[in-house]
Amino acid sequence: MEEKIRVLIAKPGLDGHDRGARVVANSLRDAGMEVIYAGLQQTPQMIVNAAIQEDVDVVALSILSGAHMTIFPRVLQLLHEAGADDVLLTGGGIIGPEEMEELQRMGTGRLFGPGASLSEAAEYIREEVRARRARRGD
Amino acid sequence: MPGSDRSGKRDPKRIVESVETRDADFTTLSGETLDALYTAADLDGFDEKRDLGIPGEFPFTRGPYTNMYRGRLWTMRQFSGFGSARESNERYKYLLEHGGTGLSVAFDMPTLMGLDPDHERAEGEVGRCGVSISSLRDMETLFDGIPLQEISTSMTINGPAAFVWALYVAAAEKQGAPRSKLRGTIQNDILKEYIAQKEFIYPPEPSMRLVVDTIEFATNEMPLFHPVSISGYHIREAGSTAVQELAFTLSDGFAYVEAAIERGLDVDAFAPRLSFFFNAHSDFFEEICKYRAARRIYAQRMRDRYGARSENSWRLRFHTQTAGCSLTAQQPENNIVRVAIQALSGVLGGTQSLHTNSMDETLALPSDKAAKIALRTQQIIAHETGVTNVVDPLAGSYFVEALTNRMQQKAEDYFRQIDAFGGVVPAIEEGFQQREIGRAAYRYQQELEARRKTMVGVTDFIEAEEEVEIPILKIDQSTERECRAVIADVRRSRDNERAEQALRRLRAAARGTENLMPHLLECAHAYVTVGEATDAMQEVFGAYREPAVF
Repeated sequence: MEEKIRVLIAKPGLDGHDRGARVVANSLRDAGMEVIYAGLQQTPQMIVNAAIQEDVDVVALSILSGAHMTIFPRVLQLLHEAGADDVLLTGGGIIGPEEMEELQRMGTGRLFGPGASLSEAAEYIREEVRARRARRGD
Repeated sequence: MPGSDRSGKRDPKRIVESVETRDADFTTLSGETLDALYTAADLDGFDEKRDLGIPGEFPFTRGPYTNMYRGRLWTMRQFSGFGSARESNERYKYLLEHGGTGLSVAFDMPTLMGLDPDHERAEGEVGRCGVSISSLRDMETLFDGIPLQEISTSMTINGPAAFVWALYVAAAEKQGAPRSKLRGTIQNDILKEYIAQKEFIYPPEPSMRLVVDTIEFATNEMPLFHPVSISGYHIREAGSTAVQELAFTLSDGFAYVEAAIERGLDVDAFAPRLSFFFNAHSDFFEEICKYRAARRIYAQRMRDRYGARSENSWRLRFHTQTAGCSLTAQQPENNIVRVAIQALSGVLGGTQSLHTNSMDETLALPSDKAAKIALRTQQIIAHETGVTNVVDPLAGSYFVEALTNRMQQKAEDYFRQIDAFGGVVPAIEEGFQQREIGRAAYRYQQELEARRKTMVGVTDFIEAEEEVEIPILKIDQSTERECRAVIADVRRSRDNERAEQALRRLRAAARGTENLMPHLLECAHAYVTVGEATDAMQEVFGAYREPAVF
């Protein structure tokens, strides 16, 4: 049987608008994934530490404060330093299309903006993790 | 015959409901089931004199003032602020020069969380979603050339509200304006932060003390200022239903009233300074009934439970903002229409002031053009539609009165549940309101996914290959550098001994029970920063972390 996908959901930065993070956490759990919800005000270092400790496949960040161009690259860099490049970094928030492209060029996975569908996000995570596991030869 | 009872009398409700319907969802946005038709039978026991009364009189169902918009239109108060104090000062001067009479200040995330712009955790967030204010210097810059004695200022600040208010008062005093003449509002509603917006600093108990300190200070020294704006807006944005917004907001309000009475304040001395802030979402009648029910519940409780004797203490006045969470990034021009309909429900519900959202707010801070259309929407409602001519024009509608009654009953059910926890704060500590809201948010999202509910442009009527072409306001990195340079200069040029001494006194006072406002004012005048004052109180009060459950 395929191993359960483990997802860490966190809200980095200062903003407390956690409706999206909580809704996505519920929906990924209902889609059969193991969800670890780190909660509010997580620093990039806290997020990466938790990702390593929990041995997750996916880190999903919700950022609505406009700090995404600072936080996503920092988390990517810390994941790299921790030797965890195979962890999928995805997320959502108020992120313009150009900025999404720029972040994806840096190495994040797909990012989701307002109005994105829950089932689409779950499907994307499932496919992407399957591909990454296959590459690793799991 | 369909719809006839045994005696052959025809029941209009049953007649209408016997006809086949289209395949659609007929519940409200919040999931309330509705009949197809309402009749006098739905208002069994309705007593016009008792349940509606005269506008401007108990129980205020028909409005807080006698002739409502015939006497005075609502205040069109648009919320704004971004970047540095200097940049926002320019925007405010522009707004005042174009006929604005009040300002509404949006702060950035570091300020809202009590962090200075040079704090490590502030990186990337300075000036992003509001203005950065870290000391009296910034407050002086923000209102440079704006006479604070003549305008009213609303400040959306909660965790560090008491100190930011002190900075405002200090800036006004430096302009030569006496504090007793200052008009405005601080949001300062910490309970909804634990419930919904999650921008809290200290644990609930010391936070409640700070709120009561501001209420007491306003009552004694600043009679024209509203020290707390009890907010349902954020509760709704977090995904609550209309009933939850109504119930949790009013129960928060009653918690402040009880805490202030416990401090020994006379309810009629402070209650007239309390005000409310509600959301205007898209389900038109549900929203109107929510506002009408809010006024009636509040009046009844203030009189009957808290013993208020003055009409001014019974009268619920509120600000409204249209629902940010209802807007779509897809086909953003459609948001203009959503905002117009939502704003109309606020007006028909009798609001005292209104913020209409801009069409581009799902993407960024509003551009000038989008902000202008939002304001024009209010002017069209006020001056073209005619809805301001008649007071509470929907009263007596079988449906509106039945739904108003139902919302009151459902809110009172929630009050009983909260009472069973031992009050609002214990319920928050148990995660009750948070859980109720989280469930409602998830249920709604599932309904959208299953297309039982519709969002035009998102779940249906989708345009493929859509390009967003509206101009977007961007904040560049130079703001952060500017704010850091200013605070570095403040730390260098102020009398550091005076600042240290003010902080020592603040800490000592925080350990006791006296009102902290005079100490916060002393800190403000000594150019203590928001971060320093917050840290000093946090040493005594501790920090609050919510349990991370979903």
